Amino acid sequence: MSGPAPAIEMRGISKSFTGVKALRDVGFDCAPGEVHALAGENGAGKSTLMKVLSGVYRPDAGTIAINGIEHHFKHPMDALQAGISIIYQEFSLLPERTVAQNIFLGREPTRYGIVDQKVMDIEARRVIALFGPSHHIKPDTVVSDLDVASQQLVEIAKAVSLNAKVIVMDEPTAALNDAECEVLFDLVETLKKSGVAVIYITHRMREITRLADRVTVLKDGAVAVSFDAVPAPDVIVHAMVGRDIGDYYAPAALQEEIGLTMLAVRGAGNDRLNDISFDLRAGEIAGFAGLQGAGRVALAMALFGASPFTRGEVSLAGRPALFRNPREAIRAGIGLLPGDRKAEALVLMQSVSDNGMLTARSLSPVTGSDRKTPFVSDQEMNRLLEQVDVRAADYAHEIKNLSGGNQQKAIVARWLALNPKLLIFIEPTRGIDVNAKAGIYHLMRDLARKGTAIMMVSSDLPEVLGTADRIFVMRSGELAGEFPRGVSEAQVMLAATGEITTKPEAA
Amino acid sequence: MISLANLARPFARERMERQAPAFLLAAAIMIYAVTALSLGLTRFLTPEAAISILNRSIALGMTAAGQTFAILVASIDLSVAHLISASAVLASVIMNGEPSMIIPAILASMTLGVVVGTLNGLLITKLEVNPLIATLGMSLVIQGCLASFYTSFSGRVPSEFQFFAYGEVSGLPFSLLVLIALVLLAWLLLRFTRFGSNIYSVGGNRDTARAAGIKTARVVVAAHIICSLCAALAGLYLASRLKSGSPWIGSEGAYDLESIAVVVIGGTVLSGGRGGIWGTTAGVVIFSLIDSIFNLAGIDAFAKQVMRGIIIVAAVAFYAVRSKRMVA
Amino acid sequence: MTEKTVEMTEASLFPGKRRLPQVNPVYFVLAALLCAIALSNPNFLEPPGYLNFLKRAAPLAILAAGQIYVIVSGGFDLSVGSVITLTVVGSSMLLDNNDDATWWVILVMFAIGAAVGLINGLVVSYLRVPSLIATLGMMITLNGAAFMWSSGSPRGYLPDTFRFFGRYNIKGMPLIQFLPVALIVLVVVGIALFWLMHRTNLGRLLHAIGDNPRAAQMSGVPVERIRIFAFVISSLSGVTAGILLGGFAGVSTDVGTGYELQAITATVIGGAQLLGGRGSVPASIAGALTLAAIFTLLNFIGLPKPTRDVVQGLILIVAVVLATYRRNRAGGR
Repeated sequence: MSGPAPAIEMRGISKSFTGVKALRDVGFDCAPGEVHALAGENGAGKSTLMKVLSGVYRPDAGTIAINGIEHHFKHPMDALQAGISIIYQEFSLLPERTVAQNIFLGREPTRYGIVDQKVMDIEARRVIALFGPSHHIKPDTVVSDLDVASQQLVEIAKAVSLNAKVIVMDEPTAALNDAECEVLFDLVETLKKSGVAVIYITHRMREITRLADRVTVLKDGAVAVSFDAVPAPDVIVHAMVGRDIGDYYAPAALQEEIGLTMLAVRGAGNDRLNDISFDLRAGEIAGFAGLQGAGRVALAMALFGASPFTRGEVSLAGRPALFRNPREAIRAGIGLLPGDRKAEALVLMQSVSDNGMLTARSLSPVTGSDRKTPFVSDQEMNRLLEQVDVRAADYAHEIKNLSGGNQQKAIVARWLALNPKLLIFIEPTRGIDVNAKAGIYHLMRDLARKGTAIMMVSSDLPEVLGTADRIFVMRSGELAGEFPRGVSEAQVMLAATGEITTKPEAA
Repeated sequence: MISLANLARPFARERMERQAPAFLLAAAIMIYAVTALSLGLTRFLTPEAAISILNRSIALGMTAAGQTFAILVASIDLSVAHLISASAVLASVIMNGEPSMIIPAILASMTLGVVVGTLNGLLITKLEVNPLIATLGMSLVIQGCLASFYTSFSGRVPSEFQFFAYGEVSGLPFSLLVLIALVLLAWLLLRFTRFGSNIYSVGGNRDTARAAGIKTARVVVAAHIICSLCAALAGLYLASRLKSGSPWIGSEGAYDLESIAVVVIGGTVLSGGRGGIWGTTAGVVIFSLIDSIFNLAGIDAFAKQVMRGIIIVAAVAFYAVRSKRMVA
Repeated sequence: MTEKTVEMTEASLFPGKRRLPQVNPVYFVLAALLCAIALSNPNFLEPPGYLNFLKRAAPLAILAAGQIYVIVSGGFDLSVGSVITLTVVGSSMLLDNNDDATWWVILVMFAIGAAVGLINGLVVSYLRVPSLIATLGMMITLNGAAFMWSSGSPRGYLPDTFRFFGRYNIKGMPLIQFLPVALIVLVVVGIALFWLMHRTNLGRLLHAIGDNPRAAQMSGVPVERIRIFAFVISSLSGVTAGILLGGFAGVSTDVGTGYELQAITATVIGGAQLLGGRGSVPASIAGALTLAAIFTLLNFIGLPKPTRDVVQGLILIVAVVLATYRRNRAGGR
């Protein structure tokens, strides 16, 4: 770690949430003019570390120093003023305001109390021009009129205009296509040349190799390893995964466990999806991999009727299965566990048991007893909750106090009560404690063994590779490849980024 | 986490809605003109008629200008109707026919507006009371205080002050000029000052605004003070027009609901951060036109009230029905 | 660190919650107020005292028990006051002093109430108009309709067969001397609405759509239909309250004015969560009785009637502030 003094240095950072250790004694630094990549699986603690850095969370222990001076951030504002800017995956732009207004949000230059539009305009142009002549973003354009890459550029321009000494980019290419990625990489190079310390969070090896000077890998909330020079991709990947996969993931399906075709999709599509054809069989777990926005979630939502197919044919256990809303899909035997549990699955103020009973009750007569539905009674639900190992002081307590893993298992119980033919998991372990993940994987396998077809959509590639019996890869709203269990991460990534294609053959 | 591709799409749809108030205004003018022509009432198509149409909605215009600020910061104010009454009665009682008391009366009304606005704002920001409930509660308190002391027309407005409602300046009603000045002031404030920018930011995304160092609570309180001040001004105008303060003038005019409806018709969204004063102005004119159309067509007062309720809901539905967001 | 430790922390998050079952504070407040009334007016302890109190509070209690359905589902119903007015004015117009018509007029009124609730629900569910605006619009419309119906001057009184429900007392009861019909209506409606909210699927689904409509929809709940149910129940409670009020109030076009806010205040006092997800029928009825008790006390103290509004406004705000405070302290969302 020679060279200039670090622009930012974090030492011994620890942070816990309600008993769960999210970060343990993490050290991380970044020098001016350096790109330091921060890699790690989902849930490894990358985001938490960056929230500590930006003053959103206060660490339980540890120090943060900027140019050698120790800082204690009480508020995100403090970090911003100290020269730290974070570009989150979810943009913090106001879509209804112009580019210049967004860049100067909360610090508009004024003259006699009137906002000086001219100064804003000139400064916005200056900052945008730093990124080269190819960007035709006008300061008076409303942000919602820009494409995603340009919006990202505005985010970065905002950070530059704030004279940020440290810029953190949290998976900045998540929503970008290849051409847009190149634009972003050039931007990072420009920032680097101008002496900014760039912390670049990603789990894409290609970007690390291309951009980074150093790499630090986080695993389970601690630094697994830190490389002073970028090593070969497989070394990094090994450090990221680095555990005994054998008992972490559930075993593969045995040949005799795989049954008849449960779901058949032929030439289906809508405004996000095109020409989707595949089969799912009872007893198997099918993993769907792909980049952000490749259409995996859109496919799940289309099958579930939440944003339906507009063309093509779908059949479930031999019956037509083009559903117009989730209720129809559920009645026909499809269940779905959404990726954003808080927004789309949980009724947080209600009890654990009520959350489990929700779908059973919604399909029962409205004036029927809430404790005994045709599908499940409250006592049976409590047994189901125990069976899937939901740990709570009392199932009559509000579900919001449970950990993510236990909440997820309660939703699994919700679907178990209905004996679905097809169960769709979207990001099944997002936000779930590493140790609880294995429980979810084994639960999925148990379900498959009972004859349910399981579709798993996940951005966590090791998880897909470790759990699924077959792996489908999606790209730009289409199926770009189908692989058997045992395929390498590299092959899947190549298919996801469009460098190879093996179209699945529909039977 | 929302994927970015999803984020980008709804914004495109909203672009069309920016034009909607203008279309609605044009439609209202057309219907008015056609109604007048088909009934052979061409004297209702003169500039004088236009001014009288506008003059009908002075109080609503003032109240709605203020309500625009409250709604832009993603709040709402249901206390304006009773505040209008309170302001009218307070001013009229203080004046009690004495021209010398005009200035103290105006100051007292404005002070009342500042107090009510501050209380509303603090309840919402500091005590985290839902804006609907905070202002509804405030509304009850004002109404109760008012009704405890006054049950009928109270005080007397000196003829000098009646100039506010009845005076003319170079052929234009003075009150209309005041309203135009108010709208221009609001426009300048929203469009050209940092405060205006903060209003949009706080309404657009409170967390983003806070992260950018904006004191969001202060902005919300200020927006409520402006809203209440405008309502107090409307109360002064109504006292001047009725020549005395009436403790039910505000609730009778349903200024709470009408001001909200007008703002929404003007394209300002109830969730805040989008819209502006010109849309509200268009909304006020649309309401005046609808009222005038009813008058031309000779619809009686009660039927008018029924139609008005339906039109308000229809107008909000016009914007709301295309949103995918579930409401309750 | 194992899952065991996670479980431990979850259990320790709410120690004592299992040992001490939470009793809604509204019942203590109500008990204290009733004691205060009894102290300031010993007659209150005699059957005519408390029975008349309950009789007068019955319409508001029924209204609150209906309003809580909409509140739990995440909305507001501000049209119930105008439903009361329409019921009273409409009944007097239809009856036209004809005793025999009472039964079918009541049926017609319930049909109108159901239609009003249906329209409210449809407008909120399918036109996506926020319920506050939709029901305020309905309020204006119905008040206008009541004026239109009666041409602005409603007739003086309702026939006795109609006023039976609100005014009549069944005499010669053991222990309590007499039993107001209004109280019987309250008990029957209260039990029915309690059962529907707290013992059936409908009640649980109402909680779910108020808590998180998107999650409810993704779990198969027919969100629109359930929401419409809530508005219909609320409107029907308005008709019921209107029929009772017709018994002891005169016929006028402002008989229902202000009742919508009183009903919402009552549910808030009963600990309902505004914008949905939590609420109880008995606690809302207790909230209504609490509000009535406060008004009664104010009367004894000799405060003028308008003071009620001030007090009600303050109660509304304070109840919400306290609820927010309690939830934040309990670690809320």
